Amino acid sequence: MPFWLDMFLLFASLSLVAVGGANVLAPEMHRQLVDIRHLMDEATFSQLLALAQAAPGPNILSGSIMGYWIGGVPGLLGATLGLLGPTAILAWLIAGLTKRLAHAPWLKPAQAGLVPLALGLVGASGLVMAQAAASFPLAPVITVLATLYVWLAPLNPLWALLAGAMLGLVLL
Amino acid sequence: MTSKPTLPDLFFGFMKVGCMAFGGAQAVARRVMVEERRWLTERDYAELLALAHVLPGPNIGNFAVMFGRREYGLRGAATCVAGFFGLPLCLLVGLVSLYGYFGQIPQVNAAMHGVAAAAAGMVLGTALRMATRLKPPPEAIALALVVLLAAAVFKLPLLVIVAVGAPLGVFAALRRAGRAR
Repeated sequence: MPFWLDMFLLFASLSLVAVGGANVLAPEMHRQLVDIRHLMDEATFSQLLALAQAAPGPNILSGSIMGYWIGGVPGLLGATLGLLGPTAILAWLIAGLTKRLAHAPWLKPAQAGLVPLALGLVGASGLVMAQAAASFPLAPVITVLATLYVWLAPLNPLWALLAGAMLGLVLL
Repeated sequence: MTSKPTLPDLFFGFMKVGCMAFGGAQAVARRVMVEERRWLTERDYAELLALAHVLPGPNIGNFAVMFGRREYGLRGAATCVAGFFGLPLCLLVGLVSLYGYFGQIPQVNAAMHGVAAAAAGMVLGTALRMATRLKPPPEAIALALVVLLAAAVFKLPLLVIVAVGAPLGVFAALRRAGRAR
């Protein structure tokens, strides 16, 4: 199988089950890229993920740059098309049904039923990222402080990333 | 009052959303589309977003496809998606290339370790914030915790978690709605 097709299929299979958006991708991406396929080590994974978080742009692009890191431009294209293509086609088809579905009495409760799934998967994503980032003794402290800040302060969450960078510089 | 965007409006509007999306695009998407440009009403936006959430894949990416289709069919969907992902993708690739060169500098490396720890907290904080604001019923909280353990501790495949968790969640929500009626 050509490399780009392998990347396409891998990331398409990740994206197609990512109910809850890009944040829930991280645990499965970690499982596939680090644990099963050994395509990158723990530190590289967590730093690429952090880079994608820190940079502007949709978080799903963290998968694109993983593909780029693994296999250059073919990896980038395969991963990006895999992440965006199949789910975009699905959204396109569903959009065609929107009007009919909008008035179905079961739709709203059914949607509410997916909320716990999204919450649990986002939380798991954070935990996996925290484990991967725990490369120095005070890392969990930074993680907990950032958690509390984003949870409780109605301010721009980016200050947490900036503070993390500063603390990393001072502590390491 | 809403106003219908032209195709260039859609492209540059979604480009703005993409480029201002730090740690997730949802806050800025609502601000640009509902408040600044008035493409949709608050209610329209919430309904379309809910649908985008239920579907797998990037939430605002799904939103871009569905909103684009609604306005201009296939051309609209392609325009919104290209506007949303194009520039941030180029930027990230540039950053990763630079990182390949500069990542070995101790200071850059140290700062990135700190950012990684903080980014993890950002995601955990987002989950807690969502939970606080959505106030899910007890059985939903229990299911969320089971899903969290299955993914983070037992490392089960996401497909298995979704295949078991989604019907369970929908079943519980439909039962609760049935009782309330």
